[in-house]
Amino acid sequence: MAEEKFDVIVVGAGPAGSTAAYMLAKEGLSVLLVERGRQAGAKNMTGGIIYSRIVHEVFPRFWEEAPVERAITSYNIVFLNGRSALTLNFKCPRFADPPYNAFSVLRAKFDQWMAGKAEEAGAMIVTGATVDDLVMEDGKVKGIRSGGDEIFADVVIDAEGAKSLLVEKAGLRGDFNPADVSVGVKEVVELPEEVIDERFAVGKGEGAAFTLIGGLQGVVGGGFLYTNKSSLSLGIVARIDSLMEKKVKVHELIEDYKMHPYISRLIEGGSIVEYSAAILHERGLRQVPKLYTDGFLVTGSAACLLINNLFTLRGMDLAVASGAAAAKAVLRAKQKGDFSASTLSAYESFLRENFVLTDMETFSRVPDLMDNRRVFTVYPELLCLLMESLFSVHPAPTMKAFRRLRELMKGRVGLFEALGDLFKVYRAL
Amino acid sequence: MVDIIVCAKYAWDVAEIKIDPSGKPVLEGVPRRISDIDKNAMEAAVNLKEKHGGTIKALCFGPASAKDGLKELLAMGADEAYVVEDPSGGMLDTAATVEALAAAIQKMGSFDLILCGEATTDGYTGQVGPRLAGKLGIPQVTYARSLSLEDGSVVAERDLEDAYITVKVSMPALVSVTREINVPRIPSLMAILKASKKPMTTWKLEDLGLSKEKLEEVSTLKTVKLEGFAVERKRLIIKEKPVEEAVQELVSNLLKEKVLGV
Repeated sequence: MAEEKFDVIVVGAGPAGSTAAYMLAKEGLSVLLVERGRQAGAKNMTGGIIYSRIVHEVFPRFWEEAPVERAITSYNIVFLNGRSALTLNFKCPRFADPPYNAFSVLRAKFDQWMAGKAEEAGAMIVTGATVDDLVMEDGKVKGIRSGGDEIFADVVIDAEGAKSLLVEKAGLRGDFNPADVSVGVKEVVELPEEVIDERFAVGKGEGAAFTLIGGLQGVVGGGFLYTNKSSLSLGIVARIDSLMEKKVKVHELIEDYKMHPYISRLIEGGSIVEYSAAILHERGLRQVPKLYTDGFLVTGSAACLLINNLFTLRGMDLAVASGAAAAKAVLRAKQKGDFSASTLSAYESFLRENFVLTDMETFSRVPDLMDNRRVFTVYPELLCLLMESLFSVHPAPTMKAFRRLRELMKGRVGLFEALGDLFKVYRAL
Repeated sequence: MVDIIVCAKYAWDVAEIKIDPSGKPVLEGVPRRISDIDKNAMEAAVNLKEKHGGTIKALCFGPASAKDGLKELLAMGADEAYVVEDPSGGMLDTAATVEALAAAIQKMGSFDLILCGEATTDGYTGQVGPRLAGKLGIPQVTYARSLSLEDGSVVAERDLEDAYITVKVSMPALVSVTREINVPRIPSLMAILKASKKPMTTWKLEDLGLSKEKLEEVSTLKTVKLEGFAVERKRLIIKEKPVEEAVQELVSNLLKEKVLGV
């Protein structure tokens, strides 16, 4: 039997994999893109905000042809407590003009589009096939193993997402720790387009994004709500160790969420059309494995490239940027005819040049902030109670705001603790 | 050596069909795939080829996108694939489908055996196989749950629900198979790669001496109404009560709904 060999094998047809496959195929390399799902996007569940400027660099003016849902012009941070909510809302009409800022996307459609770009460029796509292992020779990656088949390549680009079995097989990381892994659940709630326009007070084609803090029974995590064209993506991301400690299930948390008056009003009248779950790595830079070895590169969520800085949760744009950086590194290696780790190490410098790693460094303290349970419990509660007290009028002597706050802090958090936390927020963000 | 043609439909994935508020089924965006039972037919063909040698051609009358579905049959083991493009968007009846398939088969050359699924997973008429045999003037065996070749004849066990009957028929013949006949293989990565190099032919109706008008003439079954209906859940909850009473209530409800009993 003739041996099957490609220049590059890319594992996973998400944004990272399809970007790498697209750029390499465009340069004339023979590329095999292997996807486990029935089609690209079938196994994906990201809530769905993609920041557009980085994607625009690889796929210029992608919004003209890609299936994007809404350009996000309304950004909200919401602190939830009991039945109350404090919202910080920022509206920016400028974000409705090219190159925009971010789009909500539905991955089943968006990923198929991107994989289609790779296929158009000449990459060969195989769906419904699982890559089980790497073919290794003298510690060098030589190809992939799928079922009984071995297929060879000069370089394997791992873009298989958060579960990243191959990173482990390549010996670039050990097993995961429950404290390092979060679980995300998401529901897609269908609503008519006009209802969404009106309810979220956005113009045609524009949308809103919400980051939700608190309201999760003290579990370390947060929520998100994004508007798609005619549906909402509502989800929760919670740390597995914290779920274990509090003995709650993540699907119970999302049910709780939907009962909160703030959220229930936003989703009212909608019908749930989709439910999905996935794992995420929110530990930032310290979780990023070694990104390359001989004949092997790791991109996107497989490389734990994810930034959560409470304002934005970035994953897809980093995936695209890392896929592009990997492609550049492979092209350089191809020129030299050398696919060793030392040549492929250019990948890491490309990841600095396009700010993926530098941004991860900037926010490297955020995960420590998340270890501080008060961020998810005491402070959202405190903020909501303070607002309640500031806005209520009683037939009793009133107090100035700061005194009220001190009163409310009693038994919840000490003044110095709070100041310390504030300083940590300042340092992390 | 046996030369086999497997007829397959690029069917709607009925589980993905939604019903819009006005009660109409929404077909737009519904994914399509090769009808399940046609994959059983392909698996049966591959088994025969493995044992006796020969060739397998896959044939589909459907949209141009059916090529994506046929790739799966090529990966399973077909040697080549043919699509006859349906200009009607799937609105023609089984008689017209048979007209197109028969014309294609005549153009494809000689064969020993035509295999198809007992019915498709979307339309579920079960008519195309028998009609095709009639049109081609060859013997047919329907509902085969096992299949083998003996001295140039096909031996098949037919599933007649309350009985099995084993029949022997000379070739060329048409056999429709049931789901029980086998478990279709899931192609390996290598098989999928190899499939991409196998020949795929696309014919328009005109290539077969047919036309849309001609098929519409044959197509006597007209769709007068297309509506979806949703089955609402009963949402019956038996509140806390002694076990005996709760069971009694459950059983009587199941009987009432004809879930139990006759």
